[in-house]
Amino acid sequence: MNTLSPEPSAAPAPLLRTTLARRSSPAVPMAETAPAVESRDFKFWYGATAEPTLKGITLRVPRKAVTAIIGPSGCGKSTFLRAINRMHDLLPGARYGGELLLNGQSIFGPGMDLVALRQRVGMVFQRPNPFPKSIFDNVAYGAELNRLVAPRDLPDLVERCLRQAALWDEVKDRLDQPGTGLSGGQQQRLCIARALGNQPEVLLMDEPCSALDPIATQRVEELIHELKRDYTIVIVTHNMQQAARVSDYTGFFDRGELIEVGETEQVFTNPASPRTEAYLTGRFG
Amino acid sequence: MNRRVFRRVKSNAMVGLMVVAVVLAVLPLLFILLNLVAKGAGSLSVAFFTREPVPAGETGGGVLHAIVGTLLIVGGASLIGLPVGIAAGVYCAEYTGSRLAKATRFLADVMNGTPSIVVGVFAWTLIVARQKHFSALAGSCALAMLMIPMVLRTTEELIRLVPNSLREAALALGYPRWRTSLGVVVRTALPGIVTGSLLAVARVAGETAPLLFTALGSQYLSYRLNEPMAALPLTVYTYAIGPYEEWHQYAWATALVLILVVLVLSLAARLATRRRFTANG
Repeated sequence: MNTLSPEPSAAPAPLLRTTLARRSSPAVPMAETAPAVESRDFKFWYGATAEPTLKGITLRVPRKAVTAIIGPSGCGKSTFLRAINRMHDLLPGARYGGELLLNGQSIFGPGMDLVALRQRVGMVFQRPNPFPKSIFDNVAYGAELNRLVAPRDLPDLVERCLRQAALWDEVKDRLDQPGTGLSGGQQQRLCIARALGNQPEVLLMDEPCSALDPIATQRVEELIHELKRDYTIVIVTHNMQQAARVSDYTGFFDRGELIEVGETEQVFTNPASPRTEAYLTGRFG
Repeated sequence: MNRRVFRRVKSNAMVGLMVVAVVLAVLPLLFILLNLVAKGAGSLSVAFFTREPVPAGETGGGVLHAIVGTLLIVGGASLIGLPVGIAAGVYCAEYTGSRLAKATRFLADVMNGTPSIVVGVFAWTLIVARQKHFSALAGSCALAMLMIPMVLRTTEELIRLVPNSLREAALALGYPRWRTSLGVVVRTALPGIVTGSLLAVARVAGETAPLLFTALGSQYLSYRLNEPMAALPLTVYTYAIGPYEEWHQYAWATALVLILVVLVLSLAARLATRRRFTANG
């Protein structure tokens, strides 16, 4: 920052001023809308150990906004994210406690079909993992399975999803080519398009940029910005600048607990907890 | 000696050793092939592929009956053995920890080491002795029994190589577990599974011992699966131990035909799958 600047700097000084400047403030305050996802004292055990990996998370994820989950390695942020579409179900010995609600409905309740849940909650993983199929099939896969559209409407859906994922112009002439032949950044956008193909309500992103170069990262971040108009997004990231750039709300996890959550600007500039501040300023993690 | 020179010498020595190993591995194969061509090619003619055998003493005739027999018996064995072997392999890979999977894996390993003649005797007891006659179908069953453990183990190993992230991606899209396994995991491993299956087919196509007890062999062209049938390895055996010099010539030629049939089968299947997989990823 230029110290010779004639303007006096505002107090308190934001920790990440330059990155925050690009982000518009959320339209609605956190508490006022019905949450898309809500966890109430949610606990999770990976095995028979007495100590839970998540020790009672209570968090409301607002609709049509980006909620970032940050925290040091092993704090349980990915575990929490993956619990939202029950990706832990196949792990032997894994155990849930407390409650996780999707639009007010328990995701563990008897009325919740696992296939339907995963259709409503899409997921993008850390590493791009397109299927070894054509670009078209990759996107059409989920919609075809869940019979969301008639077969003759599939091409339209694929185009719409690829456009939403900002990939259409790059691949429109080679939809029959294998998705694995794209570059890493394109593959990740293809995976996002694939998740959109299911027309989900919530999009979970587990460190979606950690395997991408800065330019591809920027494209994906711009994409997240676009997508929040239509989708509720929860993103786990190791990169605090990224959380500051893309999210409206931020939750800080540490050792299986949610230390604090709030509007991103407030969490980054004026954290309530000293632990959050210590993490944000790089004193640990 | 200077370090850099020493390193280069070491590197070259190692490369040299590997080349020697490759030559040692390929040399016997080349000798067998050359020997077969040298001794068998002389008797090959169009008639050899298109005609049935003639009675001893007459010249001419071919091994059409054995070619058809091998195709039918091995085809039948593949119809039984490949689906069972692949499905069991998928089960073992997807339910690694289950007791049934562990038992199956152990049994498959034991079966892989079982001499093929034992399998032949087993098929004889189970099918031939009860039906009271030899049959091509019994031969197919014996060969299928040999194929299953081979196909099972290769399928399992190949499916284990499919990255877990692909499985997660399909599950996250709402795929039920069985569709994830078949539509994504098996699909990804398919080129390898096809190759493994081909190797199994090629191996059993050359088996003689199990067929001695089951398909028995025959001098006539037959399409009836419930009767004794000729097969290329059996014909090689019959001709080779026969008393006529001409039969010995035919044995060499028949062995060459057997290798050609296996070669054509593998090339055809590989070409067919390669085209499908490059188009679709």
